[in-house]
Amino acid sequence: MSSFATLVIAGLATGAIYALIAIGFALLWQASQTINFAQGEFVMLPAFFALVAMGLGLPYWAAALITFVLAAVLLGAMFKRLLVDPMLKHGVIPLAMATMALAIFLKESVKDLYSAEAYPFPSLVPPVNVNVLGTNVSLQHIAIIVVALVTLVALTWLLDHTTTGRQMQATAQNPTVARILGIPVERMIMLTFLINAVLVVIASLLVTPIYLAKFSSGETLGLAAFVAAIIGGFNQLRGAIVGGFLLGVIDNLAAAYVSTQYRAAVPLFILIAVILFRPEGLFGRKEERTV
Amino acid sequence: MTKVLEVHDVRKHFGGIKAVDGVSFDVHEGEILGLIGPNGCGKSTLFNVILGQLAPTAGRVALDGRDITGMRPSGLNRLGVSRTFQLLQVFPQLSVRENLILAGQEHEGSMLSRLFGRRDVGLTPAADRMIAFFRMQHLAEEKAGSLSYGQQKLLDAAMAFMAGPRLVLLDEPAGGVNLTMLADLKDRLKAINTEQGATFVVIEHNMEFVMSLCSRVVVMAEGRVLASGSPEQVRANPAVIDAYLGH
Amino acid sequence: MMRVIRQRPVATAIALLSLAVLLVLPITLGRFGNYMLAMWATMTIAAMGLNLTLGYAGQISLAQGAFVGIGAYISAIMTTNGWPLGAALVVAIVVCFAIGWLLGYPALRVQHHYLAFVTLSFSTLAYLVFRNEEWLTKGTYGIYSIPRPTILGYSLKHHLDFYYFALMWLVVISLLMWWLVRSPWGRAFTALRENPLRAQSLGVDTRLYTLMAFAIGSTMGGVAGVLYAPLVEFIDPNPFALALSFNLLLMVIVGGSGYFLGPFLGALIAVLLPEWLRDYTSDFYLVAYALLVMILLIFSPTGILGLVDRLATSRRARRASEARAAETPRIKAKEGA
Repeated sequence: MSSFATLVIAGLATGAIYALIAIGFALLWQASQTINFAQGEFVMLPAFFALVAMGLGLPYWAAALITFVLAAVLLGAMFKRLLVDPMLKHGVIPLAMATMALAIFLKESVKDLYSAEAYPFPSLVPPVNVNVLGTNVSLQHIAIIVVALVTLVALTWLLDHTTTGRQMQATAQNPTVARILGIPVERMIMLTFLINAVLVVIASLLVTPIYLAKFSSGETLGLAAFVAAIIGGFNQLRGAIVGGFLLGVIDNLAAAYVSTQYRAAVPLFILIAVILFRPEGLFGRKEERTV
Repeated sequence: MTKVLEVHDVRKHFGGIKAVDGVSFDVHEGEILGLIGPNGCGKSTLFNVILGQLAPTAGRVALDGRDITGMRPSGLNRLGVSRTFQLLQVFPQLSVRENLILAGQEHEGSMLSRLFGRRDVGLTPAADRMIAFFRMQHLAEEKAGSLSYGQQKLLDAAMAFMAGPRLVLLDEPAGGVNLTMLADLKDRLKAINTEQGATFVVIEHNMEFVMSLCSRVVVMAEGRVLASGSPEQVRANPAVIDAYLGH
Repeated sequence: MMRVIRQRPVATAIALLSLAVLLVLPITLGRFGNYMLAMWATMTIAAMGLNLTLGYAGQISLAQGAFVGIGAYISAIMTTNGWPLGAALVVAIVVCFAIGWLLGYPALRVQHHYLAFVTLSFSTLAYLVFRNEEWLTKGTYGIYSIPRPTILGYSLKHHLDFYYFALMWLVVISLLMWWLVRSPWGRAFTALRENPLRAQSLGVDTRLYTLMAFAIGSTMGGVAGVLYAPLVEFIDPNPFALALSFNLLLMVIVGGSGYFLGPFLGALIAVLLPEWLRDYTSDFYLVAYALLVMILLIFSPTGILGLVDRLATSRRARRASEARAAETPRIKAKEGA
């Protein structure tokens, strides 16, 4: 029983990270029909920004700060201006292809400019286990869950209870109407890209201590984010959050109870099943299709 | 008179909304039946049910006495039911002739024989006859996407007749077509009705067009049949006037 | 055939010239050059299959790399066990057609990005099978010394010979593809891509054609795989990871999706450009390649041939309007008289 609880908590920690990545993925889709195939690489890259900064002798907090700024500029603003804006008018699929090329670009850049090796990354908390109600729990996992939950609560609060947030939601739902209502649609979309940049940095700082910093680590993370976003519902932020946590738990339980070789297959089967039988996601609304 | 199409108590509900709420009528061989009604009265939904695009909540549709309820559109087409859409639906990348050949090819031979047979499935003469009938000889080689709106509308209609259909359902054929083109279209539709002996059902908002084209009119309102009869009878019916003016 | 030559003299000349270059050029190249050209031919076959599924029939697939993998494993397993390559080809065609057909079913329910994710999942699942089913695929250890075929006692051990062998496959498959896309099926595929609803209303069995597009396109991926195994002589699961499917998709898009020659050009760029860039940019060739692809997509999302097509169309339109402008005064003069 105790090992089951440990697994679930580890799963929630993984899931919290998936949720952060998935929610950014869903935000980009809502705000500007961007299926970001480079989302995983967006999580891989900030860790290397931080590594370079720390390599220059900066303390962790300063390196993290610089990473946030760099990510906001490169993965937020420049990504939108240079790639998404010119591609968007050509449709969803060409833009998705361009992000595939971007994924290769980022991955290979890190490999060539930094290194192909995996690097350890400092953790927020010491890697010790604590005893919670008789269950052995990694402090790191608890820290991840706490940080992710705080982030998600803050984000939800921002979206639901501030004028800017409501303007963002209006933009996501119907940009034309939003524009008529006088909402600065362009600025709201840019803000969405910046929020995504912040989310991937947080995810990066949380996940890299566990999985190490490596140029190729974005592949699995990106895939997990797609799966989480689709399981939860592409058009529903809460869906993406629940999908992320669900996937994290399933992932960890599958690793323990299914063969380790095929643990990666379990979420894929779930993905296929959800797409085929409930394409709007487990928690999503049905998108009305017109004939 | 032979009944080509029988619509029997068809209902289509979307959640609580009864888009089509128990509609029955027959379409007789060789007639041009107009289907009119205010916006949102369920005409297009009814079309989509008849054509197998939507499954009805209840009711029955029969073609020549054979139950075709819920049959797939492609199968239905091969039985001789053809249609045009409210919005323009030609294949812009294909030439006018290719559009017409496409419209006929699935009626010729089997899938395998088409793969190994001739490239045009022997339909070039038929396509060229249809092009001549709609007076588009000078456009035969043009890509459909480069035609004017009115010309595309003509091609759209021509495609519906390519396979020599038994029944054609036209969804707003006159929409967006200018007056000269409109006279042309009406003239061609009437000619094909007499020559091919095809039966038509036409949804249209242009009353003048309907009244001069159709031999009989069914009026729908709020998902039900409000009235039916000759154009004159319908025009004089107070309930019809009320339904139109009331909205 | 004669009619084609008479109707399209320029196209015929270009085709013959290209073929001549493809026949003569490799003699001047070294082993590696011949190997890369054979790789180009192989990848062109796979990309041509995807171009049928995506470019002609409009169904996105991120699983083409998996079919190359399936074909390659069938080829490797059978030929290392003494079967001839021809037998492997037949088995691969049957297996890939069947799996491709099944993979088409999701496309009947979902489209666009959902279909992309379903096929992406399939691709990853196939990779897991390649990696984990060691009894069959030898897992990450890989399958060594895959024999190159011998034709009528003549061994294709040398890279140049194998290149000609691959070129022959490419020519045969190109001809089959050309015939297919110009057949009534090709017309139906185009209709399916451009407007499935209208296609249905004209009697086109869109379900059947969708499944066919997947099955035939996937089969061509498998055929490419059958050729791939003896080309590289050693396979492990890594080349058939998701990256290959992405790459094949980029080949189709970069070359020009829906254009017959798109895959030839796309594969040329994806296979040979990085190698050529390697001479100038050392390790950065993939970075440079990805950057070029992004720039190309920004300027022409329909790929290189889309760009060429647009330029040609606008030139034709300009010429036509010039011709009209030249006509108008004459007509005016006539009316005046």
